[in-house]
Amino acid sequence: MFPASRYTCKAHRCIRALVTLQKDPSAPQLYSSIHRRTCSSASTTRITTHYTIHPRDKDARWEGMEMERFADEADVVIVGGGPAGLSAAIRLKQLANEQEKELRVCLVEKAPQLGAHTLSGACLEPRALIELFPDWKERGAPLHTPVTEDVFSIFTEKHRIPVPILPGLPMQNHGNYIVRLGNLVRWLGEQAEELGVEIYPGYAAAEVLFHEDGSVKGIATNDVGIAKDGSPKDTFERGMELHAKVTVFGEGCHGHLAKQLYKQFNLRENCEPQTYAIGLKELWMIDEKKWKPGRTEHSVGWPLDRHTYGGSFLYHLNEGEPLVALGFVVGLDYSNPYLSPFREFQRWKHHPFIAATLEGGQRIAYGARALNEGGFQCIPKLTFPGGLLIGCSPGFMNVPKIKGTHTAMKSGILAAEAIFPKVTAENLDSETAGLHIPEYSDNLENSSVWKELHAVRNIRPSFHNYFGLYGGMVYTGIFYWILRGKEPWTLKHRGLDANQLKPAKDCKPIEYPKPDGKISFDLLSSVALSGTNHEGDQPPHLTLKDDRIPVEKNLAIYDGPEQRFCPAGVYEYVPVETGDGMRLQINAQNCVHCKTCDIKDPSQNINWVVPEGGGGPAYNGM
Amino acid sequence: MSGRVLVGVKRVIDYAVKIRVKPDNTGVVTDGVKHSMNPFCEIAVEEAVKLKEKKLVKEVVAVSCGPQQSQETIRTALAMGADRGIHVEVSGNDYETLGPLQVSKIMAALAKKEDAQIIILGKQAIDDDCNQTGQMTAALLDWPQGTFASEVTLDGDKIKVVREIDGGLETIKINTPAVLTADLRLNTPRYATLPNIMKAKKKKIANVKPADLGVNLTSKLEVLRVEDPPQRQAGMKVETVEDLVGKLKESGKV
Repeated sequence: MFPASRYTCKAHRCIRALVTLQKDPSAPQLYSSIHRRTCSSASTTRITTHYTIHPRDKDARWEGMEMERFADEADVVIVGGGPAGLSAAIRLKQLANEQEKELRVCLVEKAPQLGAHTLSGACLEPRALIELFPDWKERGAPLHTPVTEDVFSIFTEKHRIPVPILPGLPMQNHGNYIVRLGNLVRWLGEQAEELGVEIYPGYAAAEVLFHEDGSVKGIATNDVGIAKDGSPKDTFERGMELHAKVTVFGEGCHGHLAKQLYKQFNLRENCEPQTYAIGLKELWMIDEKKWKPGRTEHSVGWPLDRHTYGGSFLYHLNEGEPLVALGFVVGLDYSNPYLSPFREFQRWKHHPFIAATLEGGQRIAYGARALNEGGFQCIPKLTFPGGLLIGCSPGFMNVPKIKGTHTAMKSGILAAEAIFPKVTAENLDSETAGLHIPEYSDNLENSSVWKELHAVRNIRPSFHNYFGLYGGMVYTGIFYWILRGKEPWTLKHRGLDANQLKPAKDCKPIEYPKPDGKISFDLLSSVALSGTNHEGDQPPHLTLKDDRIPVEKNLAIYDGPEQRFCPAGVYEYVPVETGDGMRLQINAQNCVHCKTCDIKDPSQNINWVVPEGGGGPAYNGM
Repeated sequence: MSGRVLVGVKRVIDYAVKIRVKPDNTGVVTDGVKHSMNPFCEIAVEEAVKLKEKKLVKEVVAVSCGPQQSQETIRTALAMGADRGIHVEVSGNDYETLGPLQVSKIMAALAKKEDAQIIILGKQAIDDDCNQTGQMTAALLDWPQGTFASEVTLDGDKIKVVREIDGGLETIKINTPAVLTADLRLNTPRYATLPNIMKAKKKKIANVKPADLGVNLTSKLEVLRVEDPPQRQAGMKVETVEDLVGKLKESGKV
């Protein structure tokens, strides 16, 4: 054929493209790069290069690459090193040690160290921890701040209306602890390792593996060494396969593997679609004179209007220094595409009641994460052959209490207790190669988690009325406080959060104040404070099913809401280099793994997949 | 000819993390902060492992000086291909004052004890930016040094080193045993993949105390104060050259 060595590099690529085309006309990569140079109009430059959208078996650059994976066997593999995953791991090993049985439990976690991707308020109900470790205090669990004071307010722009927290209301915090959840997760990790759990931080579960009979076989960790354009680098290595009798998925809110499993096993056919909120959080070192350790403050109202669900928290920690954890939650079923949860958070801090606490202080941390708001109505089927779902992934958060950690941990414990007898049984008769553990669902339905979530099931949907927030509060007062959630009906949520946005032309842009650099801050300096980073030369992990939709639909109809709801500045609409028009720029390195884009994209075109393990935020005790 | 390479690896605060000065200005906050292997140490490990893969050396030993957590850094080096590790336990106040002089004394002692042929270090650590340990180690051992190496070639019992210097590249040939320090373009470190991390759990890490090596850790340096760099002031835009000269005169710079 062509004596290709005689030609220049550019010619090389043209020839290679032609050869590829001859072999396989559907190889897009090389062709489109030549196409771009020859086409004068601004055809879409490729944004998405990830192999989940552009499979490698059809990609000429991957021909001849070694794709075999090293595989290892464990009894149970747990995806996710958060409170749920670690509780499950700990309980499994506790049972194994009690009954003197061998059990190999492996836990994979995408964060570089446990706690680095953990973000929560958090006000912890200690009951699940007590179940796991009755001697948690002696063991040094970092629960240093019992709640001493509970303050609830409705904010107007300049004033606050105090709301009494009567005993029995879900927001009452007596007996709870303000914790830095990242530190608790790190401590749980230490306990787990002592018990013999194998924990592998820095390795993300990227793929679910299946047996021939369709049951789950385990997971495979992420490949490394793929360049930004999707081609293999010299350092390319395949991920590893971890096979297990049961795989426990505890990826947290809106996990990407869980998303696949819902489709694969049709787990959501009898429940409502999950509805979410985004929570943004900062840690502040404040003036000692303003420090009131043990005090929790919550607010609703300003700056959100009565139809946008959300509110704030401010917790005074008591760990030796005047540290407060504060944050803002916005329900992702909001309808105005001009709304920016980040900027709502920043302007909320200027409320006189809050600014008074923060004046003279210094911000030392920032982060954001999506959380579940669906509660009872949105719990999917939890078990399938070879695996099950725990924690915030299926979603057990008690929304009016704004607590999900204790239920997540309890679900992990119940999962372990259901798995253990079956996985250590001598002669288990299983229909499928991967074990099915429906006992986990049964146990959960008979547990305190179920009762709790059932009792508060109508509070969140009760906000969808003419009076919005105020209607919801009245409903809570009557039906929860007085009747304890025993009303016979179950209200419905509105539907998929992504479908709630109104077109931009029907909405008013919101005038946000400029950050003052002392109490409120700009987005980029906030993102820097999260410590987030990713290996730059890898395919963007925010994949688009169709590269054209952002400009054609999101920008055209909704004015690009992803520029506003992403708390890390990942999405930017920038003018194209030549000619008119805009294009979407994805700054994947900024991502803080909050999952909001996957949830709120009105076109549901964004599919968040896991980047190379070890990347992402570097939260410390968030 | 033992064919043994000693590689020093340092556990430092990850380069992407925002550093915070402690309220009492005695240092920076390290508690719970994400740490990782110094990037130049990663390059050093990669070079050592490459030499072993080319069968030019027989064994790669990873060394780290620090508290318990330094073992994680050694494990990463083992996962990249080092054969065994040595953890020199230094903690508490000794660790706060541990600097290049102390580390080079430790490396020199270990080099003699382990009969090492080559010591490879990163050219500098990203936390203190000292760029001294390699040079001091060579001086203590009276060995030749090939610092800021961007290319290393073993040639019999000599080493050819291409060094990155201010004026460009300098090629030198030095005798073994020698000390090399790795610069950025020496290689691209491989990933520590999960199967290798699992295998690394079975490799040995020996625990050693500085006293066992006869090293005195007292430092002659005392840190008086650590401060944030001054806040960057806003700049000013001017329309014409006259404006610029005017502003410069105003602020007394001209």
